[in-house]
Amino acid sequence: MRNGLMVTSALAPLLAWLLLSGTGAVSALFLPSPAAVVRAFSKLVSSGAMGHDLAASLRRVGIGFTLVVVISVPLGLAIGTFPACRALFEPLIGLLRYMPATAFIPLLIIWLGLGEPSKIALLVIGTVFFNTLMSADAAALVPTELIDASYTLGASKWVVMRKVILPYAIPGLIDAMRVNIAATWNLVVVAELVAGTEGLGYRITRAQRFLQTDQIFAVLIVIGVIGVTIDLAFRWVRNALAPWARP
Amino acid sequence: MKLQTIGLTKVYETATAPLTVLDGIDVHVDAGELVTLVGASGCGKSTLLAIVAGLTPLSDGEVLLDGRPITGPGPDRGLVFQSYTLFPWKTVRENVAFGLDLKKLPKAQVRTTVDRFLEVMGLTAFADALPRQLSGGMKQRTAIARAIANEPEVLLLDEPFGALDAQTRGQMQELLLDTWRATGTTILLVTHDVEEAVFLAQRIYVLSSHPGRVMEEVTVPFGADRTRAVLREPAFHGLTDDLRDLLRRHAAVPA
Repeated sequence: MRNGLMVTSALAPLLAWLLLSGTGAVSALFLPSPAAVVRAFSKLVSSGAMGHDLAASLRRVGIGFTLVVVISVPLGLAIGTFPACRALFEPLIGLLRYMPATAFIPLLIIWLGLGEPSKIALLVIGTVFFNTLMSADAAALVPTELIDASYTLGASKWVVMRKVILPYAIPGLIDAMRVNIAATWNLVVVAELVAGTEGLGYRITRAQRFLQTDQIFAVLIVIGVIGVTIDLAFRWVRNALAPWARP
Repeated sequence: MKLQTIGLTKVYETATAPLTVLDGIDVHVDAGELVTLVGASGCGKSTLLAIVAGLTPLSDGEVLLDGRPITGPGPDRGLVFQSYTLFPWKTVRENVAFGLDLKKLPKAQVRTTVDRFLEVMGLTAFADALPRQLSGGMKQRTAIARAIANEPEVLLLDEPFGALDAQTRGQMQELLLDTWRATGTTILLVTHDVEEAVFLAQRIYVLSSHPGRVMEEVTVPFGADRTRAVLREPAFHGLTDDLRDLLRRHAAVPA
């Protein structure tokens, strides 16, 4: 039953696509046929463009999200653990979080130019606040009594942080990353749409210029598939690092 | 005297008026003694234990361990909560070893000590299980083993069997008595259950509610080698009835 629904949810749009493009109801310029998209995809792969653009996008996400984790996890743990840190940071981060990252693009270009730094900065701005607050929530979920029990077993504050709060929070921290890297992955395409000479977003803008809708579709599908792969990878890491918290 | 509270008072500041939870509590526990504190809910007994553990600051009075005032939580006062408070990512063995590992004892010594307490608490077969695989009784045995293995000067137990079914609770009470006899640990246990208080204790403090005050101190007339058979003795019923009356009479007075 469940599998049937899953297959249906995947096949129904594909079927609709085949019908719409196959019957000529929609012009191939707007909606290329699946076969044309597959052809465009293999052309992009064999020319090396796909590999090159994919690598560029993944590299940006890798650098950007690493920065996000390095900033947000320690900050989140501190906010979730120490009320003083929460009072200090939470209001500001709560405010910044509601400012759309894409609205920063003009400012970032003025500040940092059109190159890599402004793209990475966009990824960080768009993700770091959410990931900080979600990491703080994960740290705050540790039961007070578990922390108290640790103190009565001889643990210092530092030991509690490292050996109780951190391991307890790990599944929550990874879940936060899993949710937020999806946003990073979306934003990298936005950043490359605006200005870029390589990357999946750049490939889409270029294809638009030459009305190569089949290429746009191919790139969009790759973006989706890579996103799902990243999601599954984070799930796997979560279960490998915290088998005790497996649902 | 191993542990002593002198005029221990706890006042919570509330929006309207200060709320006195504990009022001038004087209790003590001698070395190797098993003392219970019994009181209705709202008598502040858990707060009292948290203060003795050093986890909650007191408003007035003193807590002395071996004559020295306590300044915060420490491994000399082990605490077991009603909720099981195990580390969910650690096995039973790793949970029990937590305090010993922090003391940087040699690995072999930790292993021997942990094995001994796993054995005492009947957990040997579950040494490598994770807490989520255990029943409530097993979890609480692990928590007690973890606290005792750390060799505290005083073991504090806060309604340790409150979440267990009646059958398991009875077994755990006997197990606690066995363990106390085998280790000679000084124990202060808090409970609302009058039978439990009498069955386990050598001495009982009865607390009133709103605010918590010591109403009565009772020496239990059964020896340390008692078994569940005392539950059928008239003296046991006489004592539990008296204590229940005392608590009930007091509860009838409006706060």
